[in-house]
Amino acid sequence: MGRVVLVTGISRDLGRRFARVAAADPSIDRVIGVDVVPPRGDIGEVSFVRADIRNPVIAKVIAKEDVDTVVHMSVIATPGTAGGRNTMKELNVLGTMQLLAACQKAESVRQLVVKSTTTVYGASPRDPAMFTEEMGPKQLPSSGYAKDVNEVEGYVRGFARRRPDVTVTTVRAANVIGPHVVSPITSYFRLPVIPRVLGFDPRLQFLHEDDLLGVLKHSVLTERAGTFNVAGDGILMLSQAIRRLSKPSVTLPRFAVGRLGSALRSARVAEFSPEQLGFLTHGRGVDTTRMRTMLGFEPRFTTAEAFADFGVSMGVPLPARPAPPRLGQHPTGEQKGTVRV
Amino acid sequence: MSDAEIIPIGTSGRPGRGSGKTRPSSAARRLAPKPASRPARKPEAATRTQAPTAAPPAAAAERVDAPSTPPARPATTTSERHPLAGIPVGDWLAALQSAAMEVFGDQWERRLAELMAFWRRRLEGDYVVDEYGFDAEITERFFMAALRPIATKWFRVEVRGIENIPATGGALVVSNHSGTIPLDALMTMVAVHDNSGRFLRALGADLVFKLPVVSGLARKAGTTLACNEDAERMLAGGELVGVWPEGFKGIGKPFTERYKLQRFGRGGFVSAALRTGVPIVPLSVVGAEEIYPLVGNIPALARLLGVPYIPITPFFPLLGPLGLVPLPSKWLLEFGEPIRTDAYDAVEADDPMLVFNVTDQVRETIQQTLYTLLRQRESVFR
Repeated sequence: MGRVVLVTGISRDLGRRFARVAAADPSIDRVIGVDVVPPRGDIGEVSFVRADIRNPVIAKVIAKEDVDTVVHMSVIATPGTAGGRNTMKELNVLGTMQLLAACQKAESVRQLVVKSTTTVYGASPRDPAMFTEEMGPKQLPSSGYAKDVNEVEGYVRGFARRRPDVTVTTVRAANVIGPHVVSPITSYFRLPVIPRVLGFDPRLQFLHEDDLLGVLKHSVLTERAGTFNVAGDGILMLSQAIRRLSKPSVTLPRFAVGRLGSALRSARVAEFSPEQLGFLTHGRGVDTTRMRTMLGFEPRFTTAEAFADFGVSMGVPLPARPAPPRLGQHPTGEQKGTVRV
Repeated sequence: MSDAEIIPIGTSGRPGRGSGKTRPSSAARRLAPKPASRPARKPEAATRTQAPTAAPPAAAAERVDAPSTPPARPATTTSERHPLAGIPVGDWLAALQSAAMEVFGDQWERRLAELMAFWRRRLEGDYVVDEYGFDAEITERFFMAALRPIATKWFRVEVRGIENIPATGGALVVSNHSGTIPLDALMTMVAVHDNSGRFLRALGADLVFKLPVVSGLARKAGTTLACNEDAERMLAGGELVGVWPEGFKGIGKPFTERYKLQRFGRGGFVSAALRTGVPIVPLSVVGAEEIYPLVGNIPALARLLGVPYIPITPFFPLLGPLGLVPLPSKWLLEFGEPIRTDAYDAVEADDPMLVFNVTDQVRETIQQTLYTLLRQRESVFR
């Protein structure tokens, strides 16, 4: 008998695309997408159920469809079209609670995959260079997305304790980037002039959208329990990333960047979230050893390649970089000519 | 330089050099000797030498008759440097080539290509940084190059026992800390790089990463936060890591307590070395204490600004920015014999007694070496 996968948050692009990828896999029988609003794009063979995970209807869906795997993707970073911060918190935290309560009741469920984010580690000057999965944030976030994600992960851990027979996989994805991604970080890089925090050059790590879909599918298929950091290899500094996009940047003091961010948010130019200011000041790096050794997943794109792919979608003709340049390797004049062509 | 050329003053009645006038000035004419045949003869010669290249012989012959009237000579010069004629491409190339050779030496083509490639890489962001944000290229070609004169010319850093730094693999350099501003860390980084060819990866206090500008530069130069996670990660990665366990107690101590080691923290650096089994290289720095003799502190202002201390030196607030120039003391850096930790088990890193013992051993070694170096030193500035 094949598997029945329930995907939450299907109205958003990544959720919809993951549902389609899962539906295309031969070992998965059915994919059911759940969300409050119908998905905008083509959902192929995925069956859509219009249900709000914030109310107990979701339990009925799980029981009726005999769902064995739940992929929770509806934790949102910004209120966006959903409404204000209250709605966002309700969707994230109460939605997760209802979903987990429904899963706890359903005997059929044997796996839960939660798409979390590396935002749980926060960003502060006292951070270690690379976070491993055991480390927590240096300061517990007091509000916003980071707090939501922390609470969601807390509920997921509680669920794992109460239902030890369910394989719980938490995927802490680095900032997802790619040609189709609309997120605070991509809208930040899409600004015509990129504001930077004066005197800080954060380290950034990216995960390509295809790799996010890949790792979620991989965790559904391999059923490994645990929490895993998932990010592309390597680090890009913000200054380096901006230069690779060949965009102008403006350096402002931290408070001015914050003001500008909230102005842009209220003007609906860019979804600039408050957590992002910390991230763009101090940066963050996560250790992905466990992703390789225990989860057995290898991202196809490095951080730099993922960012280059994103850049290409913005019409930036990024030169092909087959191999990272090494120190001491100096191209001669002729080679330089060929690179330029 | 024995046969110096004697250049006479004045133009001997000819039009002034570069004046472009067809007639010599009245002053020049008055200066000239009476027989005015010379100015007339000179243009003849000029036209005759230039004519064969510019015009057929017949035209040249015509012009030879002309010089009775003065304007003939300047006419040739003006036609020769016609504004639209420009400078021949060949001349440009030759000039550029000789200029490039002047700047970059014989291998100028290669060096210029390297420089262009460097700038292109920097401007396009086409370089790699490691996971701590360390940018080896900019560190080697910019930071080190900028600090090297200070190390070699100003402080005249003398390095001893560099052979105690292993050529490969992880090692932990533990040093005393002094000098009000952590210049000793920067100088040690330069000295280690220049003498052993390895980059010293410093562990910095969290204040370093809180301050704007400093934070960005520190990460690029290979510094990371002084915490156990980062220290162990770097050492396990085979890096040469530098730590100043005295921290602010060390650099911010008053001048009267110079060369007296402060408490070595909780010995976190020892447990990191024990866990990774890397040798500990004690480093004693003499000379850094005297660069800014700290005689006072403004604790209230320091608390207000959130920094550990506001230093008062004999020169600092008094002379304003000039007081920021460090005194040119003579520096001695001595790397001691490595203390091996691979004999211990990784679990023994949790044994506080062992950690304290090793910490004391490192501290004593540095303190004794400091006393020895101070006895050997002739004076502070020599």
